[in-house]
Amino acid sequence: MKIGFYPGCSVDGGSREYKESCRALAKAYGIELESVPDWNCCGASAAHNLNRELALALPARILSLAEKAGMTHLLVPCAACYNRLMLTQHELMKDETLRKNISEVTGLEFKGTCSILNVVQWIQKWILPELPEKIKKPFDYKVACYYGCLLVRPHKVLKFDRPEDPQSLDEVMKLIGATPVDWAFKTECCGAGLSVSKTDVVADLSGKIVRDAVYRQADALIVACPMCHSNLDMRRREINGYLKQNVSLPVIYVTQAIGLALGIDRKELGLHRHFVPVNLPEKAEATK
Amino acid sequence: MVDQMDIPPSQLLRLLQTEIPSNDEKILRSHTIWLCLNCEMCIGRCPMEVDIPPMMDFLRSESIRRKMVNPKAGNIIAFHRSFLESIRYTGRLFELGLVLSYKSKTFHLFQDAGLAPEMIAKGKLGFIPERIKKVADMKRIFSRTLKKGGQS
Amino acid sequence: MARIGVFVCHCGENISATVDCDRVAENASGLPGVVHSVDYKYMCSDPGQTLIKEAIKEHKLTGVVVAACSPRMHEPTFRKACAEAGLNPFLCEMANVREHCSWVHEKTESTTQKAKDVVRLLVEKVKRNEALQPIKVPVTKKAVVIGGGVAGIQASLDIANGGHQVLLVEREPSIGGHMSQLSETFPTLDCSQCILTPRMVEVAQHPNITLWSYSEVIGLDGFIGNFTVKIRKKAKSIDEHLCTGCGLCTQKCPVRKIPSEFEQGLGTRPAIYTPFPQAVPNKPVIDKLNCTYYLKGRCKLCERVCPTQAIRFDQPDEIVEVQAGAIVLATGYDIKRTDFFPEYGYGKYKDVIDGLQFERLASASGPTGGMIRRPSDGQIPKNIVFVACAGSRDPAKGIEYCSKICCMYTAKHAMLYKHKVHDGTPYVFYMDIRAAGKDYDEFTRRAIEVDRTKYIRGRVSRIYEKEGKLVVVGADTLLGGQKVEIEADMVVLATASVANPGSEELAQIVHVSYDRYKFFAEAHPKLKPVETNTAGIFLAGACQAPKDIPESVSAASGAAAKVLGLFANDELTREPLVAVVNRMAPPLFSTCIGCFLCQPVCPYNAIEREEFKTRDGKLLKAVARINPGLCQGCGTCVALCRSKSIDLYGYSNKQIYTEVSALLDEALV
Repeated sequence: MKIGFYPGCSVDGGSREYKESCRALAKAYGIELESVPDWNCCGASAAHNLNRELALALPARILSLAEKAGMTHLLVPCAACYNRLMLTQHELMKDETLRKNISEVTGLEFKGTCSILNVVQWIQKWILPELPEKIKKPFDYKVACYYGCLLVRPHKVLKFDRPEDPQSLDEVMKLIGATPVDWAFKTECCGAGLSVSKTDVVADLSGKIVRDAVYRQADALIVACPMCHSNLDMRRREINGYLKQNVSLPVIYVTQAIGLALGIDRKELGLHRHFVPVNLPEKAEATK
Repeated sequence: MVDQMDIPPSQLLRLLQTEIPSNDEKILRSHTIWLCLNCEMCIGRCPMEVDIPPMMDFLRSESIRRKMVNPKAGNIIAFHRSFLESIRYTGRLFELGLVLSYKSKTFHLFQDAGLAPEMIAKGKLGFIPERIKKVADMKRIFSRTLKKGGQS
Repeated sequence: MARIGVFVCHCGENISATVDCDRVAENASGLPGVVHSVDYKYMCSDPGQTLIKEAIKEHKLTGVVVAACSPRMHEPTFRKACAEAGLNPFLCEMANVREHCSWVHEKTESTTQKAKDVVRLLVEKVKRNEALQPIKVPVTKKAVVIGGGVAGIQASLDIANGGHQVLLVEREPSIGGHMSQLSETFPTLDCSQCILTPRMVEVAQHPNITLWSYSEVIGLDGFIGNFTVKIRKKAKSIDEHLCTGCGLCTQKCPVRKIPSEFEQGLGTRPAIYTPFPQAVPNKPVIDKLNCTYYLKGRCKLCERVCPTQAIRFDQPDEIVEVQAGAIVLATGYDIKRTDFFPEYGYGKYKDVIDGLQFERLASASGPTGGMIRRPSDGQIPKNIVFVACAGSRDPAKGIEYCSKICCMYTAKHAMLYKHKVHDGTPYVFYMDIRAAGKDYDEFTRRAIEVDRTKYIRGRVSRIYEKEGKLVVVGADTLLGGQKVEIEADMVVLATASVANPGSEELAQIVHVSYDRYKFFAEAHPKLKPVETNTAGIFLAGACQAPKDIPESVSAASGAAAKVLGLFANDELTREPLVAVVNRMAPPLFSTCIGCFLCQPVCPYNAIEREEFKTRDGKLLKAVARINPGLCQGCGTCVALCRSKSIDLYGYSNKQIYTEVSALLDEALV
């Protein structure tokens, strides 16, 4: 079976291990992820800061192209892209004049027929059903599921999970044998939007998240957003500086964790690309 | 982020409510509007559902339009502009290009310099920008949206 | 030949500022049948009424039209004036030229024209009015009070002391309501049970009060003075006459771990239980959902230990019908529980509790014997945070209104805590301190100044657990929104007061209106605060809106005064604006064809079947008959009647047609 896929720039570039692990998972299930033809950047954190119409037109082009390609479901693994695409669909569907204006800007018709899925929704719909019998090596670790901002907020538009103390990632993790910890920073902002331009602030925000996960004795942070990942993983040096200690807590994409449980090769999941090495304690390796 | 802000969001709202031009100007010149990360936590918790994030988007573009950008926001805007420039010409974000462009705008030549070699080693950084086929679409979108009082 | 008088009121400037009153009067004088027409500044004043009375006598008027305000305001005034002058009061009509005209339009020619038109319609109508006689109905001098909290207790006692019978119906096994759960009361800090239990005992002992606890109202028929109340007396599984309340069964019952409703889940109770030691009646009930015998068919330990053989496992629920002249609703309120608050942990933190739970912790009769101990580990909290407006004044996620009692009880909680834990620090997060009431603001000041409670003006955005502490994250808006983080040992949420579960259902059973929050609605927010829109049903206490104890008691006494006023009459006079099925001489008897389609649509069950029979008992014809005592004049049957045999006194088809055609005639001209 085939479903639409919008990787977005990060997942296609600096966070390519997220794409690799999505594709690896899809392969294991015989799902073909078909990229939106000639997709462009959604504008992410930059466009909406400077120009509203631009921030709507960029995602609108993507959605129009997906519709044109006949895609009914579109997997958007990047939480930031997912958020922008959902917001755009929401804004354009509730305001006909705006919809016309933006169609005029992109030169493409927009109908709003494509159902946008974040990675957790995709997993729930297509991966979970056959998951138990496919597990080769239970992911027997304590995990802190980090949802961040963009996967669950604004709730009125996304209508995904509950906005405070969400549970969907935790449920997925339980199914692959992990023990999710009850922790306090599931939906606190990591500061990714200012990762480059205000690095000091970001170390502070991300540092608090990492610190709480360590305090709750998590073996790994589980994420579903490349922004969060690069902030918590690539910025670990600054975070360690802020925390005044060296924290080796790895940051793992939900798709990578599932992939490990399915026995997919670490390299295929892109685990070698992480800055913080993914060296999970041996105990689980033994429990096969 | 509130610790970093010169005007907390609640006071920013109060300043807006006064409808006094000098207060409007104070808002548009504030550092706050550039620090807001649109994490949407405020509307999630606000009992009155004041939708602050789109308001911040508006205030930022208005601040640029009226040339009242807070000097401390230079880096932030430089980053956003480098980002948009990158996609304007290729349709997709070219991360290396973005970083180089941002550095040339801000003269922060050595910041994050340590990241690049490791990113390259891990195969995370591409050297050639990816271009979409219909770059003309980007030109069309940028020119049509920015001409209406927007900015980039 | 009709002789109609028209009286146009200026209502000061309320009408005359936009309507040309003298021209309206002048125009009316030219209408066919009008023999007298004047305008006057205040028609409702004494001289104004005299004007009408004298005109009736002088011009031998057969009908009167007063063009003034809404009939809801002064129709009784003018009808009475007419009656005093010897004119049947139902020959007086009001033309509403204020609410329907001057108040809603600008001063233009068409406004005056509209006033003229309205007067013309009523002149045409009043010509066809009939002299009617008021209907008399008897009054059953017994009240049913629903709900045995402090409001229901007060209303029952006041009515009973007025010399009338009261049936007090309480859903729980004991009366006392939420007030019996409270530790101390603001603003005097006197013990809640100490002041309430004497009243509870008085209810039990009063010769005029019958108390049915563990009972619910399940149906209501009839009308003011003549209600039939259907009540389910839930099986208590004991014989109340034999039970002495010795309590042996409750001590021996092996099921002991049921969360106690009275202790708000902080303590436990057995399956056969009285909710608390001073319960009235002080006789236990068996909780069938938790009793081993009802669940598994064996145990019966209580039956074996009962010295008077009072246990009755096979006792059924009993359904009883009671006649009553008046009903008082006093069903109280409920509060939101901690699981309602996502950002405060969805109820998952044991040490985040609600206000009623804190009352039980502070109460000498509570699960901790009055020591403030946190539920998770029994430690005495050294830092305690009270959060006001938890769910109140929160249109996004909670309720829009102010729950009114929380500012005061939060101040009280902080004081009680400080009085018991001298080295502890109480914090209160608040939006505003609303302490309007006698000695109320002084009380909150005492909490701040004498008991050193740290009041922080701002909301709490989040609570999370860390290292055995609850981290409370909030803002201090008086410091410009500065972030505040307090590591608390316990948090008390002053959760929103809401309507009781089941209030909507009860409102529908007794036919009273309720607001969008499911609180019962008063008939007028200012002038009829204890009445409902249904005559004979009154409101007491927090079933109407959040109320504190003094307000609930005042409202209860107010409702009781209304009931006593009603019971001062042996019979009630009702306006004869009722529907009638026509009657005529045999062989037709009535144009009614006996389809009885009117019967199911009548909301008041007022339509009966009347049979005409020959002398030897053979049925000639069955027709509908409307009981004037039950009919409320809604007109539904009139609209439905296929043979046009039903008419409404005062609003007959003929009268309405005349009004409409009077308007159309003019419009066509």
